[in-house]
Amino acid sequence: MNHIDLSVKNIVKKFGDFTAVDNVSFEVEDGDFFSILGPSGCGKTTLLRMIAGFYGQTSGVIEIGGQNMAAVEPNKRPVNLIFQHLALFPMMNVKENVAFGLKRRGEKGKVVYDKVDAMLERVGLPGFGERKIEELSGGQKQRVAIARSLIMKPTVLLLDEPLGALDLKLREHMKVELKKLQAEVGTTFVYITHDQSEAMVMSDYVAVMNEGRFEQIDTPQNLYKAPKSAFVAQFVGDNNKFTGILRLESNGNFIETEDNLKLKINQTVDMGDGERVEMYIRPEATIINPPETETFNSISTVVKAILFDGANSRLLVAIEGGRKELLVSLPQNRQYDNIKVKDTIQVGWDLSSSVCFKETGVKTYEEFE
Amino acid sequence: MKNSSEKNKLKWHFWIFFIPVFLWILLMFILPHADLVRLSFLTSDFVGKAVPTFQNYTNFFTEPIYWLTFVRTAVFSIVVTLIDLAIALPVAFFIAKVIGVRYRGLILILTMLPFWVSGMIRVYGWITMLRESGVVNSFLIKTGIADTPFQMIYNDASMVLCLSYVTILYMIIPIIGVMDSLDDSLIEAAYDLGANKLLIWFKIIIPHCVPGIISGSIVVFMYAMGSYLTPALVGGKNSLWFTQQIYNQFIHYFNWNQGAAFGMLLLVLSSLIIIITLKLSKQKLNEVVAK
Repeated sequence: MNHIDLSVKNIVKKFGDFTAVDNVSFEVEDGDFFSILGPSGCGKTTLLRMIAGFYGQTSGVIEIGGQNMAAVEPNKRPVNLIFQHLALFPMMNVKENVAFGLKRRGEKGKVVYDKVDAMLERVGLPGFGERKIEELSGGQKQRVAIARSLIMKPTVLLLDEPLGALDLKLREHMKVELKKLQAEVGTTFVYITHDQSEAMVMSDYVAVMNEGRFEQIDTPQNLYKAPKSAFVAQFVGDNNKFTGILRLESNGNFIETEDNLKLKINQTVDMGDGERVEMYIRPEATIINPPETETFNSISTVVKAILFDGANSRLLVAIEGGRKELLVSLPQNRQYDNIKVKDTIQVGWDLSSSVCFKETGVKTYEEFE
Repeated sequence: MKNSSEKNKLKWHFWIFFIPVFLWILLMFILPHADLVRLSFLTSDFVGKAVPTFQNYTNFFTEPIYWLTFVRTAVFSIVVTLIDLAIALPVAFFIAKVIGVRYRGLILILTMLPFWVSGMIRVYGWITMLRESGVVNSFLIKTGIADTPFQMIYNDASMVLCLSYVTILYMIIPIIGVMDSLDDSLIEAAYDLGANKLLIWFKIIIPHCVPGIISGSIVVFMYAMGSYLTPALVGGKNSLWFTQQIYNQFIHYFNWNQGAAFGMLLLVLSSLIIIITLKLSKQKLNEVVAK
């Protein structure tokens, strides 16, 4: 049984009347990669800065390695933060940057630089000690920032969207590298991001945050397969959304949509007949020409556009005789090469792959209606 | 055709801007200084005829009163620069980093407001504050802290105080400029890595501000070295300033040759002090000015 490195209990942060973080609690076990995922302005940076000690909390308790952090200044906390723009010291070279924390601890002489050399080797920058910061590439700066924090052997390493400034290819690469590094050193990572792919790929657990609250804390797989709220369903991965009225009938429950579609659902719902609900189905769970059986929904649609994107290709289809549009994943196995714009096709999904919530009107972006 | 006319236009623009600058430098700086150089190597023989000599320069080094006055002036100018620096760093930090955007303009204007008044009036302000019958003395006597008024001006301390006050803005403004470009997260990162506040000042903030500190220091030092009015008004009988030696040569002794030599020495020696300081701090003048 691993022990708890970071424990946050009922933490609240208010700025005047505005509640940035609203009663958040979670625990991170030793050696875990924990991500906090949310849109910008959801309070995730505020939460991270409270853990690092730069903000005091309005109420609640933060414990790191079992110690209450209430009266502990940031320079005395056993955590280190990797800043969004890295905050490497331009007035020092790479070696001095990495050695900065050790020297502040009072370590001196050759021991410090031996540790620095070992750490630079570990992050793949052997012999870079004498380089100036402005001579490094984006990915190298990233590694120096990680080395500067990891050398302190923090109980928890906090990362504030450090990959945000990198271009796409390098970001993809650094994702894998960070995950490998974390597994190697075994330090507990708390990573905040608005990029769901970063959170999903690297994390053991992900907390989805919205408007100051945690919507769900779960493994990436569960977030994807079994979102517990409409917000999580929309924010994690892509989803098609249907809104309609719930009908509970003896021969099976279904949802009546604006376009007079009757969509069967098979999960148990704690809502009553006639309530307005939202149903989500992922593009990749939607199939073309579904089998006509009881366990499938099947609807007739018109192809509006073919959105070719390699392995991630999709069809944009509209319900026949209606306005509702949805995305359907288009496998690139040549089976569907004959599909053209304006064709009428059947699309559908297995009843177990849709999820259903009471209508909340939560939107992750402005939808085009 | 078009190309060549455009080329001519460019030349035309260049000269429009270049000629005033060139004339300014030539008429106001090069020619007077050239004349000063010429005068400084001349002396009058006993019939009043000008003859070339190095005497004016050797006088400076052989007469202790002259070079000691220069050393005094240089040392006090360095003290003034250091006092300004010690005050300007926290003030600039406060303006650039602590007060919000909302009050920043107001505070900057309040800082600059006294400098819209002539330097002489500001020094007189200090005189009314500090003299025997001044504001400070009458306050001390009324509150019973002191029984008899005492003279607080006409000494070296009051002179350094007033010089620091007169020059402080030239230190604050360039330091605010560089302080602005300091990323707050560098301070936080140092704090996060275990540095205390004093170490953050010496390892992060001051190294970052070096260009502003150097350019501010050059201006303040040169201003203090070359100031005449403030030491004359609030300095004591023994508070000799090197500019007063130049003034005496020109006005009291009508010895323009000696005065010109002192003027050149002031320019050359104070420039030398700056060049040596830049060399020691490993800064390059053009880089400092460009920032």
